[in-house]
Amino acid sequence: MSGPSSLARRRFLTGGAAVGAGALLAACTSNESPQSAPQAVAGNAGQNSQPGQHVTIGFSAPAADHGWMAAMTKNARAQAGQFSDVTFTATEGTNDVNQQIAQVETLINQKVGVLVILPFDGKALTQVGQQAMDAGIPVVNVDRVFDTPLAYRTWIGGDNYRMGVNAGNYIAGELKKKGVASPVIGEVAGIDSLPLTQERSQGFRDALAKHGFAVGPRVSAQFTPESGEQMTSNLLQSAPKLDALWNHDDDQGIGVLAAIDNARRNEFFMVGGAGSRNMMDLIKADSSVIKATVLYSPSMASSAIALARLLGQDKGIGDLAEHEIPANVTTYSAVVTKENVDSYADVAFDS
Amino acid sequence: MTKDPSSVLPEATQAPPPRAAPPASKAARGRFRVDVRLAGLFGVFVLLCLVGWLTRPDAFFTEGNLSTILRLAAAIGVVSVGMTFVIISGGIDLSVGSIVALSSVWATTLATQAYGPVVMVICALAVGLGCGLINGVLVSYGRVVPFIATLAMYASARGLAERISGRQTQVVRETGFLSFFRGDFLGIPVLIWMFALVFVVGWVLLNRTTFGRRTFAVGGNTEAARLAGINVKRHTALVYGVAGLCCGIAAIMVVARTTSGASTNGLYYELDAIAAVVIGGTLLTGGRGTLIGTLIGVLIFTVLGNIFTLNNLDTDIQNIAKGAIIVLAVLLQFRTNRARKST
Repeated sequence: MSGPSSLARRRFLTGGAAVGAGALLAACTSNESPQSAPQAVAGNAGQNSQPGQHVTIGFSAPAADHGWMAAMTKNARAQAGQFSDVTFTATEGTNDVNQQIAQVETLINQKVGVLVILPFDGKALTQVGQQAMDAGIPVVNVDRVFDTPLAYRTWIGGDNYRMGVNAGNYIAGELKKKGVASPVIGEVAGIDSLPLTQERSQGFRDALAKHGFAVGPRVSAQFTPESGEQMTSNLLQSAPKLDALWNHDDDQGIGVLAAIDNARRNEFFMVGGAGSRNMMDLIKADSSVIKATVLYSPSMASSAIALARLLGQDKGIGDLAEHEIPANVTTYSAVVTKENVDSYADVAFDS
Repeated sequence: MTKDPSSVLPEATQAPPPRAAPPASKAARGRFRVDVRLAGLFGVFVLLCLVGWLTRPDAFFTEGNLSTILRLAAAIGVVSVGMTFVIISGGIDLSVGSIVALSSVWATTLATQAYGPVVMVICALAVGLGCGLINGVLVSYGRVVPFIATLAMYASARGLAERISGRQTQVVRETGFLSFFRGDFLGIPVLIWMFALVFVVGWVLLNRTTFGRRTFAVGGNTEAARLAGINVKRHTALVYGVAGLCCGIAAIMVVARTTSGASTNGLYYELDAIAAVVIGGTLLTGGRGTLIGTLIGVLIFTVLGNIFTLNNLDTDIQNIAKGAIIVLAVLLQFRTNRARKST
């Protein structure tokens, strides 16, 4: 395989590939975001917003491989930037549990004032959370909960069950308004093996049952646009007529809407989940099947940073009679519709 | 299941006359074996369709449903065509899903969309082809084992896709692209035409050209192929290039289907494609295989998913069924292989 001709060819090949790749890079990489979206930050009022004692907040979260998760990290960073008395130390997001443990250990060794941890796996990170607490560093546990309260000072997260309940209540209410007797209600769930999906589905079932309705065709997707499109395409073939559809996740919702659009169906209305900017824009425009979305907002990351700061400064939350920060804060899964979408635009995230 | 060669006999006699006609020529015998297996595979497919029809007579054989099945099979089908080439040449490509992600994201980045649909398409194809060629060059000239070279691409292409997209779903605002690729031509979705075109071109390339014959030769016996005057290294690189190009085409299809580019596109495509190719009867060791088998393999999996959703069954059971089908097909392949060797 050697010899001058083959060598020359080899040179030509690699050279050509390099030139091609360079040209391609130059042509296509530029990727400015259409709107530089404001990140959700808490508009803190009252005494607490006054600069106080300096706090160093350490932050560790999974890899931002999904619009919602990306928004969590961005929100945390943006919120920390709002405070002149906060130093924000974030580690690179990772989905490797061992690496996340190592990162948290590093933050403990750096003696940060407060730790904000969104664990990739709550169970696996429990030990290191406890280690931080033992070292006297208060831990704010976000979303995926640790195994024991010993491992965190306070927990803030969403309410998956209530997300399902509120979606079910909204859908049942709308159907009753329209006077539909025995409706066909579809569900596009997220990854079925995750507890959060099971809780959402359970809440949805329970709420519908309360109104005498039941879930009809149900599919489980992967929280990605592509899987949303695939599963919904099949679901729409299965049900020639639908009255309502709940989709657990606005990220996969882009694909769900593409499938609905492709099947040219519009006899039903759809409710989303999480609260992406895309869906909120569509709800506002009121020109497609999507009429509402149930929040599971990454604004909780902003709140977590605000709570961490107050913990570091030994302050409580204004308006509560407590001297300290509560041990658990559960965010509310509000239903965003055309009527109230403007007031929720600030917590919308780019999926 | 069957370690004893004698137990292979009943199955062999069950099939029409393999042993009655004494070995005429190696080629004829090889083709005959493949046909038996293809017929069996096709039987499974027909059976599945029958199940679909019996369980949902109102929904299965409707125009909308059949078009949905083919549309869903299109992207993974195109990827599987490329994968068939790679596996026949004796390699493996674990990076196809990541390449689909990278191509789709690159084609939908907003700067690209501003230049119009043609640039988007060229971008997807170029990125796919480029990644494939990098794989190929690493494997052939760099002497990296295909498993490792494409594993590296699997990780880095997905990472690059995440970097370029900022891990956000890039919604397509280029209406020309959407209206063309989401549209119909002669009443059939453009995506299905693309799938058919790629399949036919792939079939001709594999079965009617020197390129195809060389692919079989390289996969069958590399040393013999080299002695026969084939530039094995260049050919191997090109085969991976073909697979990459297929990923670029699939990326366009996924973008059209979902109206967006995302770094999560093409998730698990490598597993689905390898499964389809293997149950289609292509040998993982290379040297033998058919595109028609791959096509049936893809359709079997797509129809299976469709039937499960039509009957509102859980995805868990679907995954179990998928696994069972793969094992059955490979067992069948193992048995026919043994039968061939024992003659």
